[in-house]
Amino acid sequence: MNACSIRELKKEYVLKSETVRALRGVSFDVPEGDYVAIMGPSGSGKSTLLNLLGCLDKPSSGQLLLGADNVAQMTDNQLADIRSRRIGFVFQSYNLIQQLTVVENIQVPLYYQGKLGSAERKRCIDLAMRVGLGDRLDHRPNQLSGGQQQRVAIARSLVNDPYFILADEATGNLDSKTTAEILALFDQLNDEGRTIIMVTHEDEVAERAKRIVRLRDGLLQSDIKNNQAQRQAAAARALQLIPSDEPSTSEPVEA
Amino acid sequence: MFWMRTINLGIKSLLLHPLRSMLTVLGILIGVASVIWLLAISEGISNEAQRQIESLGAATIMIRSVKPPSEKLNAQGVTPYGLTRAEFDMLQSTIPSIQSAIPIREIRRQFQYGDRQVDGRLVGCTPEYAEVTKLVVLQGHFISDAENFKRQTSCVLAARVADRLFPYEDPIGKRVYIPEHTDYYTVVGVLKHRNASAAIGGSLDSQDFSNDIYIPIKTLQQRIGDTVTRRVGGSFEGEILQLNQITVRVNDIKEVERTAALIEDSLKSHNDMEDVAVVVPLELLKQAQITRRIFQLLGAVIAGISLVVGGIGIMNIMLATVTERTREIGVRRALGAKQKHIILQFLVEAAVLGVVGGVTGIIAGVLCTPVITFMKELIATSRPDIMATLPEEMRNVTPQIVPMSIPISFFISLLVGVVFGIFPAIRAAKMNPIDALRHE
Repeated sequence: MNACSIRELKKEYVLKSETVRALRGVSFDVPEGDYVAIMGPSGSGKSTLLNLLGCLDKPSSGQLLLGADNVAQMTDNQLADIRSRRIGFVFQSYNLIQQLTVVENIQVPLYYQGKLGSAERKRCIDLAMRVGLGDRLDHRPNQLSGGQQQRVAIARSLVNDPYFILADEATGNLDSKTTAEILALFDQLNDEGRTIIMVTHEDEVAERAKRIVRLRDGLLQSDIKNNQAQRQAAAARALQLIPSDEPSTSEPVEA
Repeated sequence: MFWMRTINLGIKSLLLHPLRSMLTVLGILIGVASVIWLLAISEGISNEAQRQIESLGAATIMIRSVKPPSEKLNAQGVTPYGLTRAEFDMLQSTIPSIQSAIPIREIRRQFQYGDRQVDGRLVGCTPEYAEVTKLVVLQGHFISDAENFKRQTSCVLAARVADRLFPYEDPIGKRVYIPEHTDYYTVVGVLKHRNASAAIGGSLDSQDFSNDIYIPIKTLQQRIGDTVTRRVGGSFEGEILQLNQITVRVNDIKEVERTAALIEDSLKSHNDMEDVAVVVPLELLKQAQITRRIFQLLGAVIAGISLVVGGIGIMNIMLATVTERTREIGVRRALGAKQKHIILQFLVEAAVLGVVGGVTGIIAGVLCTPVITFMKELIATSRPDIMATLPEEMRNVTPQIVPMSIPISFFISLLVGVVFGIFPAIRAAKMNPIDALRHE
């Protein structure tokens, strides 16, 4: 089964009197367990594609299937529902909610589903431990480093058991060491069977994916499988940056 | 659970900017507290007025002699004015609805006993006076009909006079000296302390009964007469006056207004001099009730204005919050919040501001009575001169919290929060999630 399947997806905006054709007919599938990097220069339509995949926007035409859900024709409320139940966002600037603790931040998508039981809380704590933040459950985002905040965001993206993790320049704000750590975490998650779609413009990041989709001028330019040897080499290079034992202890980043 | 979480989140979000939230709360607090205070003080004043009027008796009418305006008096000599004994007899015999009438004459005098002296009021009256003015005899008896008839020189002391003149002795049987008339009066009774009465709406002076000495009116007439002189700043000031007041009791409360009209008609001859005033407590009672309504209306208007101002404060802060937290709104939308969730979130924050303002305002409002009592005492002890310049109503007022004002102000403050929060909340919910996410 495909985590996501798009056919002839088009998106047009009307800006003043001008029509901008951001996506002009894109088709591809993302099977479950895949790890896709979406690349392309600015203006290529990758942000638009990201918004459509994240159900933040509706396509002008074409088919957009997320798992079994056909989201192309959904209403605003239905899309919100899908977002809370089946999509895991990871953003460049972490986007944690300042007034909530680590566990509460992870719980946000469940809160909007109305799931606030103790089982759900337990699940959030487990996820926090899974990303290595077991000792920071009640910290606020401004007490965490950038890498730690991004780990919280990743735990949050997993809490609703999504079709895929949608990462938008997830390592864009991190130094290379922390980037390596986060990418290692993505690798692990992918190895566990999680589907990851990552928008990036950095080649080193894209190299870690199983597959690179390039967009140009609103069209699919190329869709290439990364060869296994290349991926492993990239992972090994990155791994050298990570100190053997302790996790990242970089300074907290100003929120 | 969901609601608890949402309220909890609202409080946490407000605590991100504690000073800002506190100042917004202060707006509502002041509004609510001022409503409670205003209502409590007006209730206190009108209760006091009502108590006074009722103590005068709803079925009584008071006819008072008033010093005429100076241009109506002869430049030379002393002009007689005011009520006469003849008029007293006339009223009593011609108006059938009058049950009883008491003639009263009051003169300011100095009283002495041994080397002690007290300034006070010498009041000539009849035995009914004690009953009508609610004077209670502590010791001995009030002046009797016989003493009045026989024009005896007996007197009854008010509590403070008795204390001052006879701090260590039993006053009964002792003789009080009045130096102006070189005359002695034998004490036959002492009264219990009676609180001073407040002035009522300009129609009736306040009366302090504690420095009075009561003697039979006929004794006063015979031994002192109508002409009274007083030394004022080196020169003498004369006054020719037969009666200061006639207090009339009407046999039926329904007859009060008609009787008052008849009395005014009978005393038409005084219209020129403007030296007689008829005071009807029943009318004052009605007036006091109208005054209370006016106060309440005023309270409602002030409440309305201050709560609207407080509400605008809430709206202002919520609009700022929404703009500031655009990114948070975008994130929440991306994580699955529907528009209604966003509306609810910001509405709860606004409502929390309103409710916290309401509750603290109620607390500040309930403190009204102790605070005012404390302030009165503080001023009375530290600056008695200022206290003396305050109007009687302010000196005597004990605020009375109106119980209904508490739940009403609570719900109004909640309502203000919700009403003024709804526009910012809708604005937050209507944001495009994509733009909100990119907001810096």
